[in-house]
Amino acid sequence: MTTYRVNGRGRVNTGKPVTFTFDSQTYQGFEGDTVASALLANGVHLMGRSFKYHRPRGVVTASSEEPNALIGTTRAGEGRFEPNTRATMQEIYPGLTAESQNKWPSLKFDLGAINDRLYMLFSAGFYYKTFMWPRSFWDSVYEPIIRKAAGLGKAPTHVDPDIYASRYLHCDVLIIGSGPSGIAAALAAGRAGSKVVLVDENSEMGGTLLSEPSVSIDGQPAWEWLEGAMAELDRLPNVTRMTRTTAIGYYHQNMIGLVQKLTDHIADVPDGAPRERMWRLRAKEVVLAQGAIERPMVFDGNDVPGVMMAGAAQTFLNRFGVLVGREPVVLTSHDSAWYTAFDMADAGAKVVAIVDTRNEVAQALKDEAQKRGIKTHLGYTATGTKGRLRVKALRVNPVSNGKAGDATHLSCDAVLVCGGWTPSLHLFSHTKGSLDWDPEAKVYLPGHKTEDVHIAGAGRGLWGIAAALEDGAKAGAEAIGSLGGKADVVAFEVTADRTGTGITQKELPTDRSAGKAKAFVDFQNDVTAKDIRLAVREGMRSIEHVKRYTTNGMATDQGKLSNMNGLTIASDALGKEAPQVGLTTFRPPYTPTTFGAFAGYHKGAHFEVTRKTPIDSWAEEHGAEFEPVALWRRAWYFPQAGEDMHKAVARECKSTRESLGIFDASTLGKIEVSGPDATEFMNRMYTNPWTKLGVGRARYGLLLGEDGFIRDDGVIGRMRDDLFHVTTTTGGAPRVLNMMEDYLQTEWPDLKVWLTSTTEEWATIALNGPNARKLLEQFVEGADISAEAFPHMSVVECTVAGFPSRLFRISFTGELGFEINVPARHGKALWEKLWEAGQQYDICPYGTETMHVLRAEKGFIIVGQDTDGTVTPQDAGIGWAIGKKKPDFVGKRSLDRPDIVAPGRKQLIGLLTEDPKTVLIEGAQIVDDPKQPKPMKMIGHVTSSYWSESLGRSIAMAVVEGGFDRMEQTLYVPDANGTPIPAKVTGTVFYDPAGDRLKVE
Amino acid sequence: MLLIHCPYCDDTLPELEFAYAGEAHIARPEDPSKLSDEEWRDFLFIRTNVKGVHAERWRHINGCGRFFNALRDTVSDRFLTTYKAGEARPDTTDLEAAV
Repeated sequence: MTTYRVNGRGRVNTGKPVTFTFDSQTYQGFEGDTVASALLANGVHLMGRSFKYHRPRGVVTASSEEPNALIGTTRAGEGRFEPNTRATMQEIYPGLTAESQNKWPSLKFDLGAINDRLYMLFSAGFYYKTFMWPRSFWDSVYEPIIRKAAGLGKAPTHVDPDIYASRYLHCDVLIIGSGPSGIAAALAAGRAGSKVVLVDENSEMGGTLLSEPSVSIDGQPAWEWLEGAMAELDRLPNVTRMTRTTAIGYYHQNMIGLVQKLTDHIADVPDGAPRERMWRLRAKEVVLAQGAIERPMVFDGNDVPGVMMAGAAQTFLNRFGVLVGREPVVLTSHDSAWYTAFDMADAGAKVVAIVDTRNEVAQALKDEAQKRGIKTHLGYTATGTKGRLRVKALRVNPVSNGKAGDATHLSCDAVLVCGGWTPSLHLFSHTKGSLDWDPEAKVYLPGHKTEDVHIAGAGRGLWGIAAALEDGAKAGAEAIGSLGGKADVVAFEVTADRTGTGITQKELPTDRSAGKAKAFVDFQNDVTAKDIRLAVREGMRSIEHVKRYTTNGMATDQGKLSNMNGLTIASDALGKEAPQVGLTTFRPPYTPTTFGAFAGYHKGAHFEVTRKTPIDSWAEEHGAEFEPVALWRRAWYFPQAGEDMHKAVARECKSTRESLGIFDASTLGKIEVSGPDATEFMNRMYTNPWTKLGVGRARYGLLLGEDGFIRDDGVIGRMRDDLFHVTTTTGGAPRVLNMMEDYLQTEWPDLKVWLTSTTEEWATIALNGPNARKLLEQFVEGADISAEAFPHMSVVECTVAGFPSRLFRISFTGELGFEINVPARHGKALWEKLWEAGQQYDICPYGTETMHVLRAEKGFIIVGQDTDGTVTPQDAGIGWAIGKKKPDFVGKRSLDRPDIVAPGRKQLIGLLTEDPKTVLIEGAQIVDDPKQPKPMKMIGHVTSSYWSESLGRSIAMAVVEGGFDRMEQTLYVPDANGTPIPAKVTGTVFYDPAGDRLKVE
Repeated sequence: MLLIHCPYCDDTLPELEFAYAGEAHIARPEDPSKLSDEEWRDFLFIRTNVKGVHAERWRHINGCGRFFNALRDTVSDRFLTTYKAGEARPDTTDLEAAV
């Protein structure tokens, strides 16, 4: 196999060969290689197919902005496939399996490339124009095709098995980017004693210095100086260096999100090692030293494999020891690419020519080129390339007065392009710092700052190692100054620096039809210069519109290479200066980030807490099925052998109504309202009157919002003159406590009231059924619970089975019922005692489903099921719960609002299907005439619907417009197939309307 | 993530400890029954929705539990100051100039 590795160049460890596979073929690289550098060392440029046209694409950059070389990687172990990994960032390790994307059947022969032949059809706005009509084609034809074609790479199919860690970090100075300016800033701030964190997304620090070994700093070769600087930083205990760490987002008040890749470069990952770690870092000062990104040039065929950034070629040569071609042509408008040509020539390549679009360049550069025998073409344009899977020639023409002259072809195996440099200000943009247009350099530079941030080096448009070092040192010292300290501004002596200038431009002039040119602006989304001009012709005026119409800059690289070229072309088409056309907004994350890093530890059982009652383990041992209710898991029903839910619930209902049921009600929210003004507070909060409720009595309490709609309900017992035991719905407890606190703290701070959440303090066991008292009374001490002494809606403090208890006589089933509250730690013991003694009554544990059925038979509402935040007490048929004589309570005024007293409100009614066996679907819409033309007028919906074993038929509740005036009317509710089911409107109390069953002696 | 100063704890803490609670300085009327339908509607629903400095309530819900008031610039999403419930809205001319 031909090798493009150059002896004596690069930083890879040639003593450690590494074998990996790409598209099932085995390749060899060295420790320190990326997939991109290792493939290039083997002469492989073709690494992927483009998104839209499936054009063959090669690697373009050597860094994280790479748009083309996106690969799928498979790490050892199931579920460790990842698509869209940038080959330029993925380090190789023994056994790494990588594959190309967007191709079928193979990378070299891809049938999807038919799109490329149909280029003229797939212009900007193609989706909007083509898929408009006929309407019926959308679902059946267009969408399936688009869905199939859409997306880069293929999504993983397994659950991600990896661990993602998460940590917080605080520091004085965070420095992002470890090129010369970042290192200088870290030295300045570190030597001053501040707590410094220096991060870089690459596997080693140095930035540009890794690609510029010929520069010398303070009398040392660049790499020696770099080693010394790293060693010094590592000796400073106040400095932390983090590699493979990307600053993904810059958030408020100097909080920066960092994602550190920990194991993706290792063959043998230790068990339990996290794959990535998300750092939430709060810095007092931030130094952004992120450098600049090289701009491609826009000309026909500029995407053929082998055409790449000149700076990338320099990096592949100097950092990785790889020649990207043996006969490259350099095409540039910036001095920097001339040095690439020189380095390539010095490493043994035959540089065919340097083609510069400028008419004039520095004499020293021309001399250096001549010295190496490199031809130069100044004032030239590039108008095409030859080759499909690999570039074979570059077509160039001289330009005079803006017109391209006769073409010549320069045979080559690589075209190294530089269209200028764009300061990397993505993170600065996250802070909403303003970007100011520099009309001279035609770049955006950092302007007004909103955070405590300093920008250094190429990010400010500076050029050259000396300037970067000086500016970085200054930024570091400034950061220390802002913290009130003092840092020496270090001076560096740099020799053999490669300073330079350049220009940026729109698409290059051509002698051919510009309309047919495939001159790419956005490689990843396949957007051409023609597309951008078409968007302007079709009326897009702002760059935000051009972007969305063409999708320029909307790919996973967020337009790092394409945005400025797109803007330049759009502003040229509009005849305006770039700042008048605008600038699109950069948003986090800076580079694509795994979901795992964001989720961190919060997955599986740790995604949210599961609250369990003290009796939960008993339910589990006795075969309960569970359902989630808010954060609780509650026993849903207790199936016996061979029972489905329907059978189990029917049995549980029957047992409870005929003898005795036991139910875990511990999840009910509980709040203690205490203090001398507790009664006044309750009067103001709840609709009901509380003044005359005696100690030892309980009452159904209804809580409204100030808008008059039902918020919560629950039974409230008066324990003492100054103490109420308030219960709330299971999910409502935090909301109710928050609302109470709000009124108490901010509206009525004069009231002497204390609120305490006691939900988890008590276990609550409900006993319901005709035998409830018979079972309970043997356990009760300190209270008489006979029917006379302890009537319905009573509460008493006593002991039950020796446990201190707040015992209520209440019923949510319509049967004789008690709710026993004991300290949570005794809950299970009491349950077991009741269970054992209850055997003589065939005691039956029941779950939430039976609870729902039993309460629905009695027409008791469940807030949030039968109400939805637009239901008043009158709408729900519980106007009786309003203390009419009270001067005020929360929501009272709203009960007179015009909308609430208007006729036609939705009201809660019962529904009985004509066929008693048919159970309506909860949530189903209701119409009064199923024969009316579509769209039909919906007049309400079913809120609760069950099979009632006690009644031997189905029952339902619904909210229906003007429902109270529709008694006996027949309404229609669709079943799952849409067939209308007739049902008659009734009251909501289906079972024992007289309430006789409560009166068990 | 914002840092918010709780005037009761006198400590500046992460946003995660706090909950937003709507516009500040909207007192519940002493006697709602005296209000016209329009006045009551305004109390219930009409809010200033300012572009700029907004007086709003926050609760240190995962901390001391107290409600307090804050002035926040809705454009920059910056807190100018926070103050205890019941205190008058501070004059922030200087603070605004500093933003």
